[in-house]
Amino acid sequence: MNIHEYQAKALFEKFGVAVPKGVAVQTAEEFAGALAQLDGAGGYMVKSQIHAGGRGKGTFTDGFKGGVKFSPTKEKAIDNAKAMLGNTLVTAQTGEAGRKVQTIYFTEAANLGKRPDGRDDEYYLAILLDRATSCPVIVASTEGGMEIEHVAHHTPEKIFKVQVDPAVGLQAFQARQIAFALGFSGELFKQCVTLVTKLYQFYWEKDCAMVEVNPLLVTKEGKLLALDAKVSFDDNALFRHPDVVALRDLNEEDAKEIEASKFGLSYIALDGNIACLVNGAGLAMSTMDIIQHFGGSPANFLDVGGGATKDQVTAAFKIILGDANVKGILVNIFGGIMDCNVIATGIIEAVKETGLKLPLVVRLEGNNVEAGKATLAASGLTIVSGDSMADAAQKIVKLVNAK
Amino acid sequence: MSILVKEDTRILVQGITGDFGARHARLSLDYGSQVVAGVTPGKGGQVFEHAGKKVPIFNTVAEAARQTGATVSAIFVPPPFAADAILECFDADLDLAVAITEGIPVRDMVRAKRAMAGRRTRLIGPNCPGLVTPGRGEKSSGGCRIGIAPGYIHKRGNVGVVSRSGTLTYEAVWQLTCRGKGQSTCVGIGGDPVNGTSHLDVIKLFNDDPETEAIIMIGEIGGNAEVEAARWIKAHCKKPVAGFIAGATAPAGRRMGHAGAVIGGAEDTAAAKIKIFQECGISVAATPSDMADALLRIWKG
Repeated sequence: MNIHEYQAKALFEKFGVAVPKGVAVQTAEEFAGALAQLDGAGGYMVKSQIHAGGRGKGTFTDGFKGGVKFSPTKEKAIDNAKAMLGNTLVTAQTGEAGRKVQTIYFTEAANLGKRPDGRDDEYYLAILLDRATSCPVIVASTEGGMEIEHVAHHTPEKIFKVQVDPAVGLQAFQARQIAFALGFSGELFKQCVTLVTKLYQFYWEKDCAMVEVNPLLVTKEGKLLALDAKVSFDDNALFRHPDVVALRDLNEEDAKEIEASKFGLSYIALDGNIACLVNGAGLAMSTMDIIQHFGGSPANFLDVGGGATKDQVTAAFKIILGDANVKGILVNIFGGIMDCNVIATGIIEAVKETGLKLPLVVRLEGNNVEAGKATLAASGLTIVSGDSMADAAQKIVKLVNAK
Repeated sequence: MSILVKEDTRILVQGITGDFGARHARLSLDYGSQVVAGVTPGKGGQVFEHAGKKVPIFNTVAEAARQTGATVSAIFVPPPFAADAILECFDADLDLAVAITEGIPVRDMVRAKRAMAGRRTRLIGPNCPGLVTPGRGEKSSGGCRIGIAPGYIHKRGNVGVVSRSGTLTYEAVWQLTCRGKGQSTCVGIGGDPVNGTSHLDVIKLFNDDPETEAIIMIGEIGGNAEVEAARWIKAHCKKPVAGFIAGATAPAGRRMGHAGAVIGGAEDTAAAKIKIFQECGISVAATPSDMADALLRIWKG
């Protein structure tokens, strides 16, 4: 689960991680009041809140440029905020459709420190799971303010990693290693050790999937601040963090994916025209692959899990049919333990209930499969049967392309 | 031989009184597997009955193992309590803990995996279909079925199968069985980012197992476990290996059902993994329908 920058920073503050002072609002009427709470001596930052990166370089659909703007005065900040709120921001990560900005985050503009070479004094810090070792890893770099993938590719020697032993947690010497690696000394060294320690505490206690601070910044006054914050949480651990669940913003999620989750379905929309309905995540992924292999284009990932009951199949069909691009459906069920005849009956009822008119190919395999196929054949519905995954995929691609 | 479990392996089931655990305990008993104990804290002394068989229930894993000689646990405990169940297996010095549970918090697994270091117990899973060593009876009955895989699709034989995914494993097994090729052991290592046993761990066991003559390795996007295994295969594996990678069409950054199936970087993609498989001499299945045939192209059985 992802949260907004302003929510992440509120959590940072709670854990003692320094951030620029800011106020988030959802309506234009609140703009002036929000700005009145901030010290505007150095100007303000006006930041669109969406769950996607690249906001600063993004463009709104009405042509307004920049989802993050420096504004020297209150008046300019309000103008910028008015241009952003309710507008749709397109960034490198949002796709063409973009995201509607429903929250504006005003912060005090930090007074950026400079390095001897004149560059902004920006750093990178992230905490995530290292899958190779199954341990948390802290990633730090002196090259802040740019994409870490870029740094990793061009100057890998500028990336410093510390692996945390989960049995004992982050140790003081490890926080010091990071502060030394980033080149800090004196007061800033102490600030960095504290910040890394607090940030790790937040990552671990709140079951984060990832915490990323880019940039981490040194101000002219010699203060270390998390200028941006990107936080995501482990979905599996949400049950023990109701305070985190409360931060969920459904506006940022696909309505069909939310609907699917209510029925225990795992659904992800793609941009093709052949929908699929499959049991099991691995089989669902490879069903998408085989559609593409035979010249089609998958419209979604949809895993009905181990069950595939009539209610689930009906809900799945409704969700699939909500996508106007869909021109045909492939159902692929390996009914290892489930009775294929029960599944076939469920499919027929779902077709009738949804009034399905699109081509439908069903591939059933497993327990009691002959009875299941007979039930489909006797239904009087135009359901095409596929004998294998390859056969079924070729049939649906042919049917959709023939239209 | 086979790997990890044999026909006579004695199994205990943690969570045998829950719907999910009970259902699959019954199916394992029907398959002829030696389910000898159940564990549900607070229900010690009760008995789980199915088809004339009586399985005693214990309060703790240690007690169940001591009283019945069980060496392997199948864990069907709900996610908030599953890591605790896994740790209890380590404490009881079982040979093997097989965690079927889906949805265990990553932090819990990070701690459990750390606690596994230096212990004799091996963990398979979590979020896995379990493992099957097929039996020699009708429809492979009499084998050792731990977890949720359908037993009847198997056939006793010489192909080792390792995969993250359940239904994709069944697909491969069924293709083999339909072509008359049986399996030594089929292992589902699970779809989570932190798991107890990797592709490589299982490949090494297959390589050392005299009964296993050939291997099918099924992987997916995310992480580098498949790549690590492929490189080892190239350098050390004496047996023919066929492979398949799911997720060629998956968009980057999205979790594709399995918590571990997320493309993070360039090395995580299906295309990158397939290329490395090919470089390592693995016969790559072009589609999931081609998994058994990809093996049979390089191994005549």
